[in-house]
Parts: sequence; C-alpha cells; structure tokens
Amino acid sequence: MANLLEVQQATKQFGDFTALQDVSIQVPKGSIFGLLGPNGAGKTTLIRIINQITLPDKGSVYLDNEPLQPQHIRDIGYLPEERGLYKSMKVGEQALYLAQLKGLSKTEAKKRLKYWFDKFDISHWWDKKIQELSKGMAQKVQFIVTVLHKPKLLIFDEPFSGFDPINANVIKDEILQLRDEGATVIFSTHRMESVEELCDHIALINKSKKILEGKVTDIKRAYKSNTFEVGVLTENNTDLYTTLQGKFDVTPANFKTIDDQLKMKITLDNNTSSNELLQYLSSKGQVMRFNEVIPGVNEIFIKTITENE
Amino acid sequence: MSNLKLIIKREFIARVRNRTFVVMTFLSPLIMVGMISLIAWLATLNNDEIRKVAFYDETGLFSTDFKDSGDVDYIDYSHLTLNDAKDSVVIKKLDGLLYVPKKNSNSELAKSIQFYADEAPSISILNRIEKIIASKLTNQNFKEKGLDLDAIENSKAKVNILIENFSGEKTSKMSSYVKMIFGGLAGYFLMMFIIIYGNMVMRSVIEEKSNRIIEIIISSVKPLQLMMGKILGTSFAGILQFFIWVILGGVLLAVVSSVFGIDPQPAGIDQSMAMQGDSQQEIQLILQDIMKLPLGTLVLSFFIYFIGGYFLYSSIYAAIGAAVDSETDSQQFMLPIILPLMLGIYVGFFSVIENPHGTVSTVFSMIPLTSPIVMLMRIPFGVPWWEVLISMLLLIGSIIFITWMAGKIYRVGILMYGKKPSYKELFKWMKY
Repeated sequence: MANLLEVQQATKQFGDFTALQDVSIQVPKGSIFGLLGPNGAGKTTLIRIINQITLPDKGSVYLDNEPLQPQHIRDIGYLPEERGLYKSMKVGEQALYLAQLKGLSKTEAKKRLKYWFDKFDISHWWDKKIQELSKGMAQKVQFIVTVLHKPKLLIFDEPFSGFDPINANVIKDEILQLRDEGATVIFSTHRMESVEELCDHIALINKSKKILEGKVTDIKRAYKSNTFEVGVLTENNTDLYTTLQGKFDVTPANFKTIDDQLKMKITLDNNTSSNELLQYLSSKGQVMRFNEVIPGVNEIFIKTITENE
Repeated sequence: MSNLKLIIKREFIARVRNRTFVVMTFLSPLIMVGMISLIAWLATLNNDEIRKVAFYDETGLFSTDFKDSGDVDYIDYSHLTLNDAKDSVVIKKLDGLLYVPKKNSNSELAKSIQFYADEAPSISILNRIEKIIASKLTNQNFKEKGLDLDAIENSKAKVNILIENFSGEKTSKMSSYVKMIFGGLAGYFLMMFIIIYGNMVMRSVIEEKSNRIIEIIISSVKPLQLMMGKILGTSFAGILQFFIWVILGGVLLAVVSSVFGIDPQPAGIDQSMAMQGDSQQEIQLILQDIMKLPLGTLVLSFFIYFIGGYFLYSSIYAAIGAAVDSETDSQQFMLPIILPLMLGIYVGFFSVIENPHGTVSTVFSMIPLTSPIVMLMRIPFGVPWWEVLISMLLLIGSIIFITWMAGKIYRVGILMYGKKPSYKELFKWMKY
C-alpha cells in the first residue's frame, strides 16, 4: 500500500533540549494511524512539523510522494490538542473565516458548513457567540472546521477530550466515515481503548525517539507469547493444576465466572499446539473457556516504554 | 481572497465591533469638546469676578493712579487710621489692603510697601499694582532729576524687526512657532497612535493565545502573515477611529462655539495677536508662513514616518504579546517601547525647538526608534534631503530587521504557554 505521508529522520532541537531525534514514520493511505507516547515524548512536535508550524532541523517530510510545501497546508486538516475559538465572534462567522483560510470560497464554505451544521443538528448555533456554548459544543464546531475542506490527511490530537460518551461516539463514527471516504487519519491520544478500536497502524514515541511502528496486528503478533487463558470444570482442581505445572508454564488466572472453575494461564512451548492442549484438557474435565491471550495496545505501550527506560 | 486580506478583514471587524472601541470612538470627541468648553466657560467665569482691593496711602501720591480697571476695584481708605482700615477690610470682606507708608525717599518707599490679605492675591493683580507704583515712582524720579516726562515719552523708540530670508521672502516672528506647532502635533499624534493601537495589536495577540485558537490558525497561515494581518487590520481600524474623532470633534466644536458663543480657541493666542501692532498684517504673514512650509515634503514624510514608526513599534508589541500569557505579564517588556517614545518626545520638545539642527536633534532624528517622532518635528524647520534620506533608509532597514526578529519571537512565543519568559529566553527563541 502506498504511503500518504512519510517522515524521514526528523530531528528537532529547542536550545539544549532535543524534542525529536531521527524519527521516521510511514502513514499508509487510507489508514488510521495512532501516534502514541507518554507526555512530552515529542508527539506534538512531530505533528507540528507535519503541519509546517515548526521546521525540522534535519530530515524531510513527503506528502503523497512530494516534499512538503506551503500549499500542502490545504491538504491537511489539523485539530490541535490546545484548541479554542474566538470568544466574542459568532459561531458561523468564525467557521466561515477558518474555512476561507483553508482556501475554500465563501459560497462553497457556506454550503459545506450548512451540511455539517445540519448533520450535527446545530444550525441554531450559527449566530451564537462561542462564549455562550459549552466546551463540548465548541469542540463540535472545531471538528467541523477541521474536516470541512476535505483534506487528504486528518490529524487529530486528543479528539475525544471534552466530549461526553455519546458525542465521542458521534465523532468516532464521523472519523471512520471520513476514512472510508478516502481520508488518511493520524490520531494522537492517551486513550488506549480508542486506539484499540480505531487504529490499524501505530507508532510509539518515547523520549524524542520512535521505539515501535507497524500494523497493529503485526505488533500484537510479535508481542503475543503463545499464552492461553483457560477455564476448566473438574473434580479436583489442585490435582490438574499440579499436573499441568509439570508440563507447561502455568500461572493462576483471574476472571469472573459463575461456577468454580480452575482458572489459569498456560504458556505453550513451540512443540505443543493449542489443539493438543485443548484435547488434553477436555480429557480431564469440561473446558469452559479457552482463548489466546493477545496483548492489548495498553500493555504493549507500558511494556515497551519500561523496557526502554 | 488571499489569507492576508482575510486576516486584515477579520482583525478590522473584530476591532471595530468591540464595544469599548465603539464607545471610545464616539465618546472621546464628546469628552474632549466638553472639556474645552468647560475650560473656556470657567475662564470667562473667572474674568467676571471683580476683586476689591483697598489702599491706605500715607504719601497721597497714588490717589489718582489706582483706577478701577476690568476685574479690580480700588477703594481709598486713606482717610481712616491704618487699624480702622484693616478692620474695615476684614469686616467688608475685601480682598486685601495695600499699605503705602510715608518714607523719606522713593527708593526707601519702594521697599516698604505692604499688602495685607488672608489669602495671597493672584500674581497678575500684584504685578499690576507693582507696575502702577513702579511707573509712578519712576516718573517721580525723572521729575526730581529735572527731566521732561513728555520728552522722555517722545524719545522712546519702538522696534519691530522684520525678518526676511536671503531670497527676499518676508516671514513673521511667529514663523518658528508655526513650525513648532506643526512638528509637535505630528510627533505627538504619532506617539499617541503608536501607544493606543500598538497596545491593541498586543492585546489581540494575547487574546488569540489565551483563547487557544492560535494553533488552529497557524496550521492554515504563516505566523508572519498573521502578525502582519493583525498590525494592518488594527491600523486601519485606528485610522477610521481618528477620522471619526477629527470629523465629530470638529462638528461638535463648531456647534458648541456657535450655540454658547464661546470662542474655544485658547485665549492666549488671541491676545498675543491682538497686541501686535499691525495684527492684520501679522496674521497674513503667519498664513504665508504656513503656506511656505514645505507642505508636500511634510505630508509625504509624515506618511512615511508615520507608517514606518507604527510598523516598527507594533511589531515589537506583537512580539511582546506572543511572549506573555496575559496582559499583566507584559509590563516587564514595556520599557523598550516606552523609553524611546518618551525620549523622542522629550528630545523633540526641548532640543528640536531650541536648536532644530543641533547635534542632539540630528542624532536622534537618525536613530530608528526615535527618528519618526524627532524627524517629524524637525522637518518643518527644513532638513537637508540627504539627512531625511539617511534617516528613512535606517528606519526601513531596522523595520525589516525588527519585524524579522519580532516574527521569530512571535512564531515561538504563540505556542509557548505557562512560563514567563526572560529577555534571555526571548533571545534564545530567535535562534530556534
């Protein structure tokens, strides 16, 4: 798959402080790309470089195989983490203003704004001032302004902060729909469950360096340890547990059940397949649960970061 | 529409719609005209009040000299005793008692005249009394020396030097006042404009920063573009405001002076003009002086220095706005703006008027931060074209340099939150 965005060895220093060190990422066309990392890792600096707000000291950025140029600003929609609107300006006016800054004509901007305002059912806000709206309401307007000019690349920095669960869901669906319509999305967040749900690629940045990048499925495959979570209903739980301990790497597991199962995590060596284990277990009792433990993004995140400390 | 135009338009509309701006636009001329009328009215009130001064003259010399005049009435208490005279002054609540004792010689007398009063009388009244006594005594002295008073009066010469330049054009003595007023007004106007609208630029930058809209905007436009748009939009709003002030103020002033019959012109000018022998001719000469000012150069250089000076300072204002989080924090960076502005005004009002082509005036009309004000004040006095050229080139050069520097600080500053930067840090930002 072709890459919409490629950052090659971007380095940025602020005085003595290194914000980014030789960071490269590849964002495939049509993907939702999660940019993860602890606070102060350099995510915002990388995003600002892509938006041409900050220039890198070294390295280069390609959008659609062209070196990044000023006119590419119009191909990008950016919703920054620190976002706000003019307090004393009317909602409609400033949405129009921001849309025009992205190169839309006034009539076109009006048409598209009407579509989005109707879609979100907020047309009656048009003549209100931002100071009359709540934070979540203002965020909706910001979201519309970000996507209005139909950019090829959308960058969202913590898009769900400030939204209640219902509205967060609305926004999530919109993001997915935009992806389906052909946009590529870069997504920076600390909320791992939304990464799990949305992203198909991720990159992990820590202390100004990229430490992990790839397809979510590939990364998970690399991080899984052939471990299975098992629940068996037997006559004698301790008996089976000790027997298994002799054969595999077994640890007790904890999940909720309604009956008294033997709960454990079994890590297989390369010589045993999961089918063999299942056959063995079913001969010993009634297998109630048998599933592979796949590490969550959250786990991978914490594990890689602590390993890199 | 290009982004710069859009930004200018938004800034202009945002400024003009601001409630304080609207109120100030329409209230300021009202207040100004109101103040002028009030002062004029108070001045006439003051003139109506008649002071009553009693005098006790033991010499009998002055009984005919103290004549009631305008705002002072004289009452002769010489027939009473001194104590009675004092008492009656107190009882009748007169403004004072002048005591002229009997002395052997005029020189002794001159030193021993006294004025009794609860409150010190106004200096102008005292001056007048002193003048009356002095001229009386002088005349007495002349008589004693056997001089003929009429002869002395006739032999007094009146001198009025006619000023003419080497190409034969006549000018009035008011000429340098006219030049001073023109230059002073231009310089003062520029300073006010810079302070008022520079501050507005700064506030608008701080507003964008504290609203957190700044990052949304600069993902669409270049920071320098935004800064320029802000400065231009605000200045257009400022020019509009000044136009309204001038027109509204002029109309109001005309209305007020015709309705109340008050001449709002400062009384001083009228009097000094009236005192001139041939006032008609003098006024003509003044008009001639105004016409003879290098008006073309004046207007042209006014625009160049005005725009240049405003740009120079407002980009510094913008950089300060970007560096801080709130208006209160901006105080620590105000010195580099206020100091040169004040210096310019002081040099202008002291050095330039004293000696428009002296070293101090010349040097300060070259230094870019003070040159707009000082040079504007010097130009009416005639400045060699090459000096103006050097000064303008320096100004343009430093505008480019300072805007570039301010742009760098602005670019970094608008994305920095939380910490109050020091000058050292600002310097570091320029290198990012």
